[in-house]
Amino acid sequence: MDIHEYQAKEILSRFGVPVPKGALAYSPEQAAYRAREIGGKLWVVKAQVHTGGRGKAGGVKLCRSEDEVLDAADDLLGKKLVTHQSGPAGKIVYRLYVEGGVAIARELYLGFVLDRKSERVMVVASSQGGMEIEDIAAEKPESIVKVSVEPAVGMQAFQAREVAFALGLKPSQIQSAVNAIMGCYRAFEELDATMVEINPLIVTEDDHVMALDAKMTFDDNALFRHPAVAELRDKSQEDPRETHAADRGLSYVGLTGKIGCIVNGAGLAMATMDMIKLAGGEPANFLDIGGGATPERVAKAFKLVTMDKNVEAILVNIFAGINRCDWVAEGVVQALEKNPVNVPVIVRLAGTHVEEGRRILARSGLPVIRANTLAEAAERAVAAWKNNANTIGLKVVNA
Amino acid sequence: MSILLDRETPVLVQGITGKIGSFHTKEMREYGTNIVGGVTPGKGGTELDGVPVFDTMKDAVEKTGATTSIVFVPPPFAADSIMEAADAGIRFCVAITDGIPAQDMIRVKRYMRRYKAENRMRLIGPNCAGVVSPGKALLGIMPGNIYLPGNVGIVGRSGTLGYEAAAQMMELGIGVSTSVGIGGDPINGSSFKDILELFEADPETHAVVMIGEIGGPQEAEAAEYIRDHMTKPVIAYVAGLSAPKGRKMGHAGAIISAFGEGASEKVEMLREVGVAIAPTPAEIGSTAQKVLKAA
Repeated sequence: MDIHEYQAKEILSRFGVPVPKGALAYSPEQAAYRAREIGGKLWVVKAQVHTGGRGKAGGVKLCRSEDEVLDAADDLLGKKLVTHQSGPAGKIVYRLYVEGGVAIARELYLGFVLDRKSERVMVVASSQGGMEIEDIAAEKPESIVKVSVEPAVGMQAFQAREVAFALGLKPSQIQSAVNAIMGCYRAFEELDATMVEINPLIVTEDDHVMALDAKMTFDDNALFRHPAVAELRDKSQEDPRETHAADRGLSYVGLTGKIGCIVNGAGLAMATMDMIKLAGGEPANFLDIGGGATPERVAKAFKLVTMDKNVEAILVNIFAGINRCDWVAEGVVQALEKNPVNVPVIVRLAGTHVEEGRRILARSGLPVIRANTLAEAAERAVAAWKNNANTIGLKVVNA
Repeated sequence: MSILLDRETPVLVQGITGKIGSFHTKEMREYGTNIVGGVTPGKGGTELDGVPVFDTMKDAVEKTGATTSIVFVPPPFAADSIMEAADAGIRFCVAITDGIPAQDMIRVKRYMRRYKAENRMRLIGPNCAGVVSPGKALLGIMPGNIYLPGNVGIVGRSGTLGYEAAAQMMELGIGVSTSVGIGGDPINGSSFKDILELFEADPETHAVVMIGEIGGPQEAEAAEYIRDHMTKPVIAYVAGLSAPKGRKMGHAGAIISAFGEGASEKVEMLREVGVAIAPTPAEIGSTAQKVLKAA
């Protein structure tokens, strides 16, 4: 789960990471008021959206008066921000963070990730702040410092000092940097984050080290023990289809193709998408309804997939294991009888009681295109999508 | 022979009295797995269909002589159960539970390292379908009837995609020595390489089908192992060709977050070391057949 910059800064400052003075605003008037509260002569108005690359997309505005703050806020609120990371749909700006300007001497990069190779938390830092880490790795790999944390004892102060010295900080700045690094690590560890990124971590002209931007991502599997973190979820930043799915315990990722997929198991769901692509189509979504594939889940999945108006055909691919195909077939029939869909539906069942499952589908009289194998299913789905106009009727292909 | 598991292997079920644990205990026993007991704290002294239930793993191991366990404990408590198994002297543990926090798994892996390599428990999973040695024993949640006994090993992350491969192989009369699901989590007990090593050493495994997916470094690590040490043919498919970067595809670990973690990059790495690549997920069985005929 992602959170906003201002939320990450609130959390990190509780763990002792220094951040500039700032406050949240929902309206231009409130933004101007916040600027006055913060004081000074320079402010930054920042769009709060769950995506990177805000600066280049015009989501961060430097202001030199309260009037400029008001205008910047007026311009940003309600705007759709499309960045190189947000995808073409972009993210709508509903919240603004107004921050006091600071005099920057240096910009650094500080990140914490779960490193899958070493199976540890890894600190990644670079003297090249402000650039994205992928670009730093490509252009200035020698500037990157990595430190891995021993899980039995957690991060130690000497490791934070090593990072700080490697970044070329002056002796007068080291303690401030150690506090920031250790604070980020403690927040990461205690709150089950999977990523903390401070980019840039700045050194001010008076030798303070501060988080000028902050991103945190949390382990969805650990939210049960962090209710305060779970509450920070902002559904306005999610694809509504994904929110709908997550609230119903389904795993869904919206894509841009035309063929909707309903599959049990993540690996088989990816393989089904691959098959569609190889057969000349494009999947509209990833959807894993769970290994069990109960009839209720099948019904929920149909509702979810048909919420996407781009969907012009639906491919159901279920490999029934412990569960039985006849049971899944009943689920498909019930779902389609209750909520008929006006696009071709291709169903491939495999596994336990497959014959009975296929008979149930055939007997139902529903306009379902049946397929026996994965390849057949993808080919028929792509063909049906291409001839959508002809197939919308009641053509039943006997497999 | 098979790897990890056979008819005699004495097994404990952790979380045996839960809905999922009790259901799969019944399925596994029907398949022939030697289940000698179960553990649910607070239910010690009771029985489930004649299987004795214990309060602690230590007690259960002492009374039954079990060497192996399977974990169905819910995610908040699962890491604790895996460490309890390691502490009780279990040598081989399969964790089925989906949804264990990643940092819990980091702690589990660290805890297991306090034992010397030769005494260390082997962990498979979590978030996996388990292990089956067809015709002998099943330690997991897969349908036993889709595996024909034979000489090809299967190792994969995904449950249902593994079933798909096994079913394609059965259709072509290709049997399986052991099938291992290593699970879809970012931090897991055994990697592809760990299982390839076992298959390489098993005289009755003649070839291995490996089913990878996007995310993580384990397919690349397997490619290095195959290049340097593997004498048996390997057939591979990597799922997620059409998956966008930075999006989690169902499995907690199925996310492309760095270069080399996409499906086509992994396929290239495997192809370069001589692995036979199944061009589509529908051709895993037929690719294996071609390789076996050529061998």
